[in-house]
Formats: sequence, C-alpha cells, structure tokens
Amino acid sequence: MKRGWRISAAEKHDENVPLLWMDRVSVRYGDTAALEDVSFSVEKGEQVAVVGPNGAGKSTLFKIIAGVLDPSEGVVKIGGSGPRGHVCVAYLPQRNDVDWTFPVTVEDVVAMGRVRRIGWFHRAAARDRRIVADCLATVGLSDLATRQIGMLSGGQQQRMFIARALAQEAELMLMDEPLSGLDLPSQEEIFGVLEKLKTRGVTIMIAMHDLSLAERNFRRVFLLNRRLVGDGAPREVFVPERLMEAYGGHLRMVRDESGALVVSDTCCGGGITP
Amino acid sequence: MTDLLHMFMQPFQYPFMVRGLLAAVMVGVICAVIGTFVVLRGLAFFGDALAHSILPGLAVGYLVAGGARGVLFWWALGTAVAAAFGIGAVSRRARLKEDTAIGIIFAGMFALGIALISSARSYAVDLAHFLFGDVLGVGNGDLLLTAVFGGAVLFLTALFYKEFIVISFDMTLAQTLRLPSRALHYLLLVMIAVTIVISLQTVGVALMLAMLVTPPATAYLLVRRVPAMMAVAAIIGAFSGAAGLYLSYYFGVSSGAAIVLVCTGIFLVVLLVAPRNRLAGFFGRGNRSAG
Repeated sequence: MKRGWRISAAEKHDENVPLLWMDRVSVRYGDTAALEDVSFSVEKGEQVAVVGPNGAGKSTLFKIIAGVLDPSEGVVKIGGSGPRGHVCVAYLPQRNDVDWTFPVTVEDVVAMGRVRRIGWFHRAAARDRRIVADCLATVGLSDLATRQIGMLSGGQQQRMFIARALAQEAELMLMDEPLSGLDLPSQEEIFGVLEKLKTRGVTIMIAMHDLSLAERNFRRVFLLNRRLVGDGAPREVFVPERLMEAYGGHLRMVRDESGALVVSDTCCGGGITP
Repeated sequence: MTDLLHMFMQPFQYPFMVRGLLAAVMVGVICAVIGTFVVLRGLAFFGDALAHSILPGLAVGYLVAGGARGVLFWWALGTAVAAAFGIGAVSRRARLKEDTAIGIIFAGMFALGIALISSARSYAVDLAHFLFGDVLGVGNGDLLLTAVFGGAVLFLTALFYKEFIVISFDMTLAQTLRLPSRALHYLLLVMIAVTIVISLQTVGVALMLAMLVTPPATAYLLVRRVPAMMAVAAIIGAFSGAAGLYLSYYFGVSSGAAIVLVCTGIFLVVLLVAPRNRLAGFFGRGNRSAG
C-alpha cells in the first residue's frame, strides 16, 4: 500500500537496550526545580505506578519522556535514541486538561491517534477505520463510538484515551492521573484494560495518588518528589522513612496484621493541599 | 407569486448587486469554514485584533497609492500576515499572556491607522468603507481575488483538516505524533488573516468578527461533529450574506451591518430552540471542566 510521506521520522528501536532510559535528568523553571537528578530505566512491557504528592513533578516527568519538554540537564533515551524522533509514546492527558465540549465523537478522538500513520494529504483508509474499531473494542467502548465525548463518564473518557493511544500504536503509554475522580467500578475497568495491555507487551507508566491501589496493582512503583525517592517493589518502596521523605508529615501509614498497606493521605487524596 | 419572484430578481438588474451578492455569499462561506477553527480554538479575540490591525496598512496603502483601490488588497494582506506573526512573536518573546500581547498590538495598530486617517482627512470617507464594509463597491477584480484566495483557504483547510483538528483539540497529542505543530498553528493564523482581508470589503474591519464567529457558534448549537459544524455554518454564512444584501437593498441600511444582523438573528433563534445539553456545552466552553 502506497502512502504519502509516512512516518519516516520515526526512529527504530534498539532491542538490546531498555525501552526507556533516563540519566540524571533535571528540569528547572527559573530558580525552582521541578525534577532533580532523576535516573532509572524501564524495560519493554513493564507497568510502573508513579506516586508522589501534588507538585512532585509527575506531569513534568511524563512530558520529558514524551519529548514535549526538554530537560535542563541529563539524557533521555527511548529505544536507544532521543524521544523527539519517536511516535510510539502516547501521553494520556489529565481529564481536566481536555475540552469536553469539543464537537467530536469518541471514534473521532481515537482516529486522531492515527493521523501520523495515515500521513499527510491522505484520508483514513479502510484499514485505519478497522484499527480504530478494534481499539474501541479492546477498551469496551464499541457501543459508544458515535457519542459526543462530553457525554462519557469519567472512566469511559479514560478508556477512550487508552484506545487513542492504541490506535497510535504506542509502545509506551504515559497516563497522567487516570484514576483520580473515578469510582471503584470505573477504576476496576481501567485495571482490566491495563491487564489486556500487559499481554500485548505495551509499556505503561501511570501517575497516581493512591498508594494502596498502587501496591495492589503494580509490581514496580516510583516514589517521586522532584527526586526519585524510591524505585522498586511497593513493599520496599512504601516504607515509613521513604514516605516521610516524599510526603513530609502528611501521610499516615500502617500495615494491618495481614501485612497489607493501609494509608490515609491527608495531603493529596482528593488532590487538595491544605 | 410573480410579485415575489420579481422582488427577488429585481435587484439583479444592477451589475453591482450581482457582484455584491457573489461577494457576500463567498465571504459568508469562507468565513464560516475558517471561523469554525476560530471558535474551537478560542481565537475570537485574535481574529478581532487582526482585523483592526489591518487599518494602518490600508491607510498607508491608500496614501501611497493616491487613492487607487487596486493595490489596497495587497497592503491589507501584507499587514494582516505581519500582524499574525507579530502577535505570535510578542506573546512568545515577552512571556506575556497571549491576550495581553494581542491587546497591545491591536490597540497600537488601530491607533496608528486612525492617526494616519486623521492626517489625510479628505480620504476619510472612502476609508470609512473599510471600517464598515462596502459590498456594493466590489469590482470584478475584487471578486477574482476573493475567489482565488478564498479558494486557497478552503483548499488548505481540506488538505490539512485532520492535522488542524489535532492541534485544535490536543496540542500535546500533536507534539507526541511529531507533527510540526507550530508551523501548522501559524499556517492557520495566516489563513485567518487571508480570510479577513478578502472579507474586508463586504463587512469591514469593525464587523469582521461576527462573520468569523457567529455562524460557527450557531452551527455548534445544532450539530456535534466538526465537518457538520463547518457545513451548517457555511449555509448560515451564505444565507446571511444574501439575505443581508436584500435587506440592505429594500430598507436602505448599510450592507455590512445588515449581513451581520441576519447572522445574529439566526443565532438568537437557534439559541432559543437548541437542545439544552448543547447550550450547556456552549456556555461551558473555555471552562474546560469535565463535569
């Protein structure tokens, strides 16, 4: 199939290096640091929860990885090369940053993920429409394909953006607070979709507030407060001294007799800083 | 029946009315299509400022050319494109909020235009046509320019439609898809500038904003997808152009004002009958809350 000026700019991935690698990355706005000296690597197919208080730099971190923002210092590599050459990174916006009154349907938004694959001066072909339909089916939104986006519930809105990222053929999805403001069934639906993505080898980083939810659903967590305070299994990272370092005195944490984490986050659970 | 037909046909025994009608309908359609992006991206203030910023260019062109009208189009076009880039550059360089930057350029340019006009008072009557429009003064050359440049704007809209939608809905997506988002943004601004210039003679600087914003806003209340919004807006724009011209002919009111009043009237009628949830969307625009 011949298509005009396809994604020739997209860099090939080197399979011998981690999908995502960051080395001593700092971001400064004037005198204030949004991120300081952050280093880590993430392998293909991993799912990582990024937790930390408001203003910890979670969104900044994601924008650096997405290549939307450049770090003041340090190096970011995706598949062995800089982020700006890749179209395989999807950034799923926070719900409050989206204009829900925009006159587009759910399938219109999902089809936006294909814009670069379709190429300049071309319209969506049958193949693109089939991919969009498949992506909607994967997240369970086939029935709502022709709804205006403002009519969706919070959970459906998040799943729509996951479908868009799938349509983009993203290998790395950066989800910015997809769970905040969702009720439990909606959260469970999102985790169901994440489970499906695991089998497809999609790498996921997900910013969230709820530590016990992170502990229950992810094998690897980042604890972030401008610095990367902890990186590893939840049990190793969510320990009092590290949580103290990340949250200060705002967090109360106990482990119940079964060893499960019980947290009350007096600072950031509702997204409100006292 | 024949009386009604006579009423519709009678104005067209005058060639200037035929030209005026063609111009008004073309401008109605082009403004509606590009205006859809103005409404969706919240660029109304930018469009208004751009229209006003053209005034000094027109004034200088008028003084330099000694009253010849043929060259004014090019002076207006140059000024509009320069103002579009100027507004973008000032807001980026000076770290000002964009509306503040627009305000500075807008008022400054408009003042310069007025100063130039006042220094050559004898030309003031003709230049006033550019403030409020003079659709009956449209010549064959003007029609050709409108058709060529308007056609180019519509062609570019079709060509880059899906990319324009992405930068309008989600700039971050445009960036992660590695689209040249800044170039696309400026292309859209230049297309708005060209649209304003070809509409100058029909509705004038002062009423330009209505042609860009009112038909798409009306269409927004009625439909829920962008292509449909453009189509409905184009119909409203074309109808307003024609109806306004008839009103102008039979009631002797200013043509630009009549066209804009028809647009506004249609908007108010639709506002009263539109489904309630669309109204909520309309008044919630810019509020960006998921609700």
